[in-house]
Amino acid sequence: MMLEALIAVALVGALVTFVAPNRIAGKLAFAISLVPAALSLWLFAAFDGSGNALLDGDLAFESQAAWLEIGDYSISWFVGLDGISLPLVVLTTILCTLAIVSSWTPIDERESQFYGLILFIEAMLIGVFSALDFFLWFVFWEAVLIPMYLLIGIWGGPRRKYAAIKFFVYTNVASLVMFGSFVTLVFGLGDSVTSFGLPEIATAMLAGGPEGFFGLSGTTLASLAFIGMFLGFAVKVPVVPFHTWLPDAHVEAPTPASILLAGVLLKMGTYALLRFNFTMFPEQVEAYAVPIAAIAVISVIYGAMLALAQTDLKRIVAYSSVSSMGYVILGLVAYTQFGVGGATFQMVSHGLISGLMFMSVGVIYNATHTRMVTDMSGMADRMPIAVGVLIAGAFGYMGLPLMSGFAAEYFIFFGSFGSELLAYSALFTSLAMFGIVIVAGYLLFALQRTVFGPYRLETDYEVGRAPVHDVASMIVLLGLIITLGVAPDLIFTMITDAIDPIIQGGGL
Amino acid sequence: MALVQLPEWAALAPALLLAGTALVLFLFDSINPGSTNRALLAGTAVAGSLASLAVAVWYLAAGVGATGIENYGVVDVMNGQFVVDQLALYFMIIISIVTALVAVASYDYLRDHTYQAEYYSLVILAATGMSMIAVSNSLVTIFIALELTSLPSYALVAILKDNRGSVEAGLKYFLIGALSSAIFVYGVSLVYGATGSLQLEAVADNLSAAGEMGGLLGLGILMLIGGVAFKTASVPFHFWAPEAYEGAPAPISAFLSSASKAAGFVLAIRVFTTAFPLEATTAVIGVDWTVAFVILAIVTMTLGNFAAATQENVKRMLAYSSIGHAGYVLIGLAALSTEAGDLVMGAAMMHLLVYGFMNTGAFLFVALAEYWGVGPTFEDYNGLSKQAPFASAAMAVFMFSLAGVPPFGGFWSKYLLYTETVNAAADNTILLVLAAALVVNSALSLYYYSRLVKALWIEEPLLDRDRLAQPTGLYAAIIAAAVMTVVILPAFDPIASAALEAAAAVVG
Repeated sequence: MMLEALIAVALVGALVTFVAPNRIAGKLAFAISLVPAALSLWLFAAFDGSGNALLDGDLAFESQAAWLEIGDYSISWFVGLDGISLPLVVLTTILCTLAIVSSWTPIDERESQFYGLILFIEAMLIGVFSALDFFLWFVFWEAVLIPMYLLIGIWGGPRRKYAAIKFFVYTNVASLVMFGSFVTLVFGLGDSVTSFGLPEIATAMLAGGPEGFFGLSGTTLASLAFIGMFLGFAVKVPVVPFHTWLPDAHVEAPTPASILLAGVLLKMGTYALLRFNFTMFPEQVEAYAVPIAAIAVISVIYGAMLALAQTDLKRIVAYSSVSSMGYVILGLVAYTQFGVGGATFQMVSHGLISGLMFMSVGVIYNATHTRMVTDMSGMADRMPIAVGVLIAGAFGYMGLPLMSGFAAEYFIFFGSFGSELLAYSALFTSLAMFGIVIVAGYLLFALQRTVFGPYRLETDYEVGRAPVHDVASMIVLLGLIITLGVAPDLIFTMITDAIDPIIQGGGL
Repeated sequence: MALVQLPEWAALAPALLLAGTALVLFLFDSINPGSTNRALLAGTAVAGSLASLAVAVWYLAAGVGATGIENYGVVDVMNGQFVVDQLALYFMIIISIVTALVAVASYDYLRDHTYQAEYYSLVILAATGMSMIAVSNSLVTIFIALELTSLPSYALVAILKDNRGSVEAGLKYFLIGALSSAIFVYGVSLVYGATGSLQLEAVADNLSAAGEMGGLLGLGILMLIGGVAFKTASVPFHFWAPEAYEGAPAPISAFLSSASKAAGFVLAIRVFTTAFPLEATTAVIGVDWTVAFVILAIVTMTLGNFAAATQENVKRMLAYSSIGHAGYVLIGLAALSTEAGDLVMGAAMMHLLVYGFMNTGAFLFVALAEYWGVGPTFEDYNGLSKQAPFASAAMAVFMFSLAGVPPFGGFWSKYLLYTETVNAAADNTILLVLAAALVVNSALSLYYYSRLVKALWIEEPLLDRDRLAQPTGLYAAIIAAAVMTVVILPAFDPIASAALEAAAAVVG
């Protein structure tokens, strides 16, 4: 019942915050969000599962209750965690708490509604990572859109209406494509499947796949479903060429929403790719490995090049997500223990690092009211601690050893270089590695112009040190980044436990 | 063993209670003509509709009308002129829910209005007619119940006597209604001519006797479809709907677009499943009548959605969207040609129930806006959430639910409809087109529904408004509808199984 408690606390907290007076909403939401954060850390400490939740593994904190029967299919409330989802749940609860703290300064109107929406997102995100019934999962998956749409639309920047609509339409259409593909696939599986439980569907897929439907052969149906779902998730990730909603959404979103968007929402896409495409369709992964790897490498290089061309700090960080998520796809398609494990590790690591980066940009913006690299210089003089953390975060992004980014990228490259499944794996890996150089390039370039040198900023107000609560939450994130960088085994062991059954052809 | 053996006619209690309430209201009016004692009048109307609801739910739960053991529980009244089965009870529940919501909301809406008693008694009379449609089992009783529904509705649309729009809408509604009544009754007479019977089972038994008069019978069926299309505001008899809904007082628009539409559909379901079994009818008239519904469904949903997308007036947008929803429900009739037709029909009925909450709620929000004196266009609604966050949150729930976004009721019923249609398409591939049209139209509808959410939450108000009043009745009705739209999610199982069983019983 622990997972239900997590979701319920956040949901009820969202309602309570929504009706609370504006003046106390921020502190109240923070207090409420500490409960799921503490609970999820307790889950982490008490975790005793092994194996993969979808293939025969031991689930932790599992609970299942019959919900409804429709025709030949049953739907149930079915949640549980394995080594892949647990780190993501912890990431969600921690980032949500920190996002709430970082909203205290910039959010100054309709606070109770704002914090209510953040807590609502938190509940839905925990649901996405723990649901094991397709149906339940889809409900959480889609329900994330509404609060994010409102967060961007109400509290966003000048072009917020455009960005909010674009975000909503893009990701909703993608979800519909994915939904249609998956449901049709389940019908194609015929009598071997009697519920929408993901483990059952995964088992049926690995045991032979669909029989065929509407005159399509089983293999064709599986391929179509694979492609449809890949496209659906690819928009969420996002990979080139479906990435255009991301910079718009990021730039217009208020800082806390950006933190959640980059830190957790993008992981929904890669998590779903891993759970659905890369777990249920080993044959299709093999067949389409080269094009997928090509998309991954293009995302890495092109995303980094786009970031290099930006002069808005927030845009730089936004585009860099495209390239980081490209690494995740590359790791997944390598289909080795280190590749897929590294990809999962990168999901967590990128969540922390990009959260930290957006937080830093937000703190600088709160103080200076500009994000333009060209307007700033010598910020280190005025806000030394905040800028110090920003620099550390940037180093984490570049993959400096002893930071989580290094561990993640090392695992991915190690795993993908020698991949047997992916043809030309050495070539793809080397190309992707070149991305690191560009990342280092644009980050150092941006830092040099904004942070170092003499202080220069034309304002008629005093730019001073960042507020304590902002710095504190940045330091918490940095601490986590360094902890995972020094001791990746804290989560990597549980990740590989869950990954192994996938890469051994389902372990069935 | 029942403690008290109720007489047969007591099975009609949900409808009789409504009729009694209408008479009591007339009585109040004759004792104290022109009374504006809103509490008494609205209270009586609400109590009557809630009593009707309670009895209908009780009967359904107690197994009245349940089939399976040799028609156990199905009650024939007056030699089969009326029949109380699960289908009837299910629709009586929808109708009394909407009536209760409308009556509660009217308490505030009719604040300064004369003709209070007339208003409430007309509403309850129309609801009586709708309930009678649900139980009617003969073309004559159906026609009489239909007229009992229509005549009060014409008067209600035109009840704002000083408002030219209202009077004009009433006139249009009346003219088109009279025309379609004529068409319907002409169809009835043709069917009678061909088969020599009016009672629905008898029509089915005598179909083969029609023999050479197959063409006549076919024409009759086509005219009956016309009557249904009018009542459900489906193409080609949909023109009246936007005009009537726009001109009518908003609670009446809610009433007509939810309850009256449900009544139209129960009529169609009853007539076409009982009187014209597909195979026997096709053998006589040589045409499969589900083809007509396939075409109607596609045209209706597409036209409704495209027209809704271009509206500037919120009420008209809702009116066209309700035409679109009629198209979704028509899929239930179109799928009767397949083996899984009962499941699709059940899903369509499920959608009508959810629709009863979300669409009524949406129109009641419009009623609230009219109560505040807010103008009719999207722009006039800008920024309402600042002054009325709760009502606006409820409206956002209705809009997202109507668009079919999880986790709201509208997603569940649309999902059910979609999956069952895909499932049934194994028998008849044309249904795949319907399923595709459903998804495409749903995605399209998100555009104009989210536009209203955007107006309410994201846009800045055009002009400063004074503090808005918070009318208790309207607020209570809107919040109740919103809560139900959300609560349908966990309570989906009993509601869906009631719909599926009711459908299975008649489709059989």
